[in-house]
Amino acid sequence: MIVSFSLILLCQLIGEVFVRGLRLPIPGPVIGLMLLLVLLFARDHFSLLARGPLGDGGVENASRGLLANLSLLFIPAGVGVVQKLDLLAEHGIAIVLILAISVVLTLLATVATFLVVSRLMARASEKP
Amino acid sequence: MSENPFALWVYLSQSPLLWLTMTLVVYAGADAVSLATERHPLANPVLHSIWIVGLFLMLTGTSYPTYFAGAQFVHFLLGPATVALAVPLYENRKVVLAAILPMLVALVVGSIVAIVSVVVLAEAAGLPRTIVLSLAPKSVTAGVAMGIAESLGADPSLTAVSVILTGIMGVIIVTPLMNRAGITDFRARGFAAGLAAHGIGTARAFQVDAVAGVFSGIAMSLNALVTALLVPLAITLLLR
Repeated sequence: MIVSFSLILLCQLIGEVFVRGLRLPIPGPVIGLMLLLVLLFARDHFSLLARGPLGDGGVENASRGLLANLSLLFIPAGVGVVQKLDLLAEHGIAIVLILAISVVLTLLATVATFLVVSRLMARASEKP
Repeated sequence: MSENPFALWVYLSQSPLLWLTMTLVVYAGADAVSLATERHPLANPVLHSIWIVGLFLMLTGTSYPTYFAGAQFVHFLLGPATVALAVPLYENRKVVLAAILPMLVALVVGSIVAIVSVVVLAEAAGLPRTIVLSLAPKSVTAGVAMGIAESLGADPSLTAVSVILTGIMGVIIVTPLMNRAGITDFRARGFAAGLAAHGIGTARAFQVDAVAGVFSGIAMSLNALVTALLVPLAITLLLR
């Protein structure tokens, strides 16, 4: 458990160092994600790596544990709303409406694009 | 200490222990209610935990920084949780690779719609420029969005609020919206939820369907990347 969590933190740390070092406008944990993914794929090809957190589903279980409670992690930032009550009293209705419209548009645009492209692909593979 | 309960309160209210415990206990309660209502969107545990904790802070006159000194231990885990998304991605690699093209196109389209719609609407509503900038990265996960806001000279705490609001509204809307639109492809539904409503959408998607959860997680992590690149560009094109 500790070893698995250390591996996750290590990936994040390397990601942060990489991003800060090269001044990339990408969040460090996203690089950490890619790094862990590469490690998991590398394990399938080199049995040497399949030990410690990468063997016996160690890092898999630690990750599942974290992701099972993903909702919890948003509460501290969300409670920050108490600092913004005066601003929300002034512009709150406009902000909420704008965010609601934007989220609906985003959901529809994304789902429609995904379906259209996957249908086009299916049609292309039917008639070679 | 027992002679003066107020002294005990003063001590506890300044220690991280109380606020960390409260965050976990309130969430556990809200999550139990959500489970009891079969994960009804309106019983969203994030939504209810936030107002309960917020109300308590206001009633006790506790400042947000004091609360955050305890709650930061939970907040910190957002980073490791992002890294942990590699695992469902790896375990579902076959499904993911088969849908790589629709995902990438939907990612670009969705990300642009998310940013442009909010900036254009906020400008049209005549909101102050700082608010417009703070709302722009609202579809990506809190930690990343706050970083983007900082680099734009906007208000990161307002960004955090708009990120959470977007996430909560997204998960309340997504299931009825997709059902009404007759969309049964859980890959597409999950992908849209993660793109529009980041981690809160992903948490919800995992509750609805495992495949939806995986696609939601992918959308969330890819969108963090794309939005970080697109927001500065969109701001330059739309506002200057």
